[in-house]
Amino acid sequence: MTDAQSIAPAEAPAAKRQRRPRRINLSGAIGLVTVSFWLVVAAIGPALAPHDVGAVVDLDVFSPASAAFPLGTDYLGRDILSRMLTAARYTVFIALVATLLAASVGVLFGLAAATVGGWIDMLLVRLFDTLIAIPSLMFSLVVIASLGSSIPVLIGTIALIYTPGAFRIARALALNVAAMDFVQVARTRGEGIGYIVRCEILPNVIGPLLADFGLRFVFVVLLLSGLSFLGLGVQPPYADLGSLVRENIAGLGYGAPAVLFPAIAIATLTIGVNLVIDNLPGGRPGAGRR
Amino acid sequence: MMLNLQIARMIAVRVASALATMLLVSIVVFAANFLMGGDVAEAILGQSATPEAVAGLRRAMNLDQPAYQRYLSWLFGLLAGDPGNSLINNMPVLDLIGPRLSNSLLLAGLTALVSVPVALVLGIAAATWRGSAFDRTISLVSIGIVSVPEFLVATLAVLVFAVMLHWLPALSSTRDIDSLSALLRVFAMPVLSLSCVIIAQMIRMTRAAVVDALASSYVETARLKGAGPVRIVLRHALPNAIGPIASAVALSLSVLMGGVIVVEIIFNYPGVAKLMVDAVATRDMPLVQTVAMIFCSSYLVLVTTADIIAILANPRLRHR
Repeated sequence: MTDAQSIAPAEAPAAKRQRRPRRINLSGAIGLVTVSFWLVVAAIGPALAPHDVGAVVDLDVFSPASAAFPLGTDYLGRDILSRMLTAARYTVFIALVATLLAASVGVLFGLAAATVGGWIDMLLVRLFDTLIAIPSLMFSLVVIASLGSSIPVLIGTIALIYTPGAFRIARALALNVAAMDFVQVARTRGEGIGYIVRCEILPNVIGPLLADFGLRFVFVVLLLSGLSFLGLGVQPPYADLGSLVRENIAGLGYGAPAVLFPAIAIATLTIGVNLVIDNLPGGRPGAGRR
Repeated sequence: MMLNLQIARMIAVRVASALATMLLVSIVVFAANFLMGGDVAEAILGQSATPEAVAGLRRAMNLDQPAYQRYLSWLFGLLAGDPGNSLINNMPVLDLIGPRLSNSLLLAGLTALVSVPVALVLGIAAATWRGSAFDRTISLVSIGIVSVPEFLVATLAVLVFAVMLHWLPALSSTRDIDSLSALLRVFAMPVLSLSCVIIAQMIRMTRAAVVDALASSYVETARLKGAGPVRIVLRHALPNAIGPIASAVALSLSVLMGGVIVVEIIFNYPGVAKLMVDAVATRDMPLVQTVAMIFCSSYLVLVTTADIIAILANPRLRHR
């Protein structure tokens, strides 16, 4: 991983600023609608569920879509629509909290490291580079093996995994800004670190940071769903969308909607966020999976 | 190629930094032991164990030694090829991992063999004719694949090729391979679904690297000279994009390692993944840590190799 990657996004906004017709294009609109849809589902979904989440309501298992069960039933005969409405809340909520944690800690340290410099900067870079050298799935497996899987552990682990990436991006962006004249002026004026970070640097890097936040959210959703799919994420009786795919994987042979719809739900959420990021004025940050 | 002193020094620094990172990673992985609430010996023996039995097991497992001493003996054991015994069935971790690891490596190797050439050709082609319908299609499909979970790609592949078309078996087992066609049938599905993910990832980064190189002033000069698009890409842009492309390949192959785990579970492939996932569920730390160290070191080897290739391929360093 070269530094060029992390520095690259800093150039993006300047290049894009020249051509900035502020029309909302189709893909951006689709993305925005999809993301809002899932946020609303996460907020009020469980209240809309036609059946009880855990109740076995159908004698048949993996039954196809019908009037009573709009998305069919699962491997025990539970209503998939109701289960998905609740599962979406777990997916969105856990991913959102973990991403917020990772982004705020990473950005805070990144901006501080770039502003302070010196040995503190070197120490932080070394520390986060070590964490980033552990493949994300491996990292979560090691932590879950030692702590067991629960929702707080999942949030903490995933946040920790994606903090170094946020740190690198924020630091690289802030380094470019910290070298500018107006920051030098603020330093000469005798402003404190807190002021410089908050009032001079942050407003100039917030666009790319938001894009990075969206991208990070996508990676978090993918990792969380992957863990749940392996049976190491959200544990029964709770279920997120990845758990639903795992539970109903036996229905794959019959092409049951029980396994297809949760998988499609994850895909629409992540693709939706990607479409929004692509249409942000700041443009898309580096394409690595971190 | 003139391997001058500066190149040698840059490579040495890179390798040394990779080794230092590896050491720090091993500390992090070992430190996971201390996250475990309570005492491992108590956890193994259960609640009814007598204090004497717990103390005996602690001694047998060297848990009474200070942490740094345990770390060092674990590290040297790992380096010497003896990562200890499984906590669950007391078998040597190496015996458990050995045969399965080669299966996983075979799967990963075959996938890399298929996906790297395809991705490089498609990525470079997309950059050459960027903005064309071909480029837009490639970009759209690859961003779609990159943003969905690996298991979705794999389940869709099962649905299409095994359930709907009946071309391939949905499960794979290396046991019944007796001919080339059987081999192809067993590996086709896992390799296909893994390749989809890796190729999409690699295309995006390769395309970005070549597009970056195409934006430089020497490419502008070549264009003004009247060189055609293919010549510009192959002769002018590509040599300068080798470094970024190498790191794109390395990063994608590291994604491959995570993907291998998910895909092996879906296809019931007898690789290291099932072992790892079961070990995580039963909290068998020695096994988990060994597999984690194997994955982390292969990741670092990949990334470091890419950096060395980038150093060697940099025309500015080579022609001095």
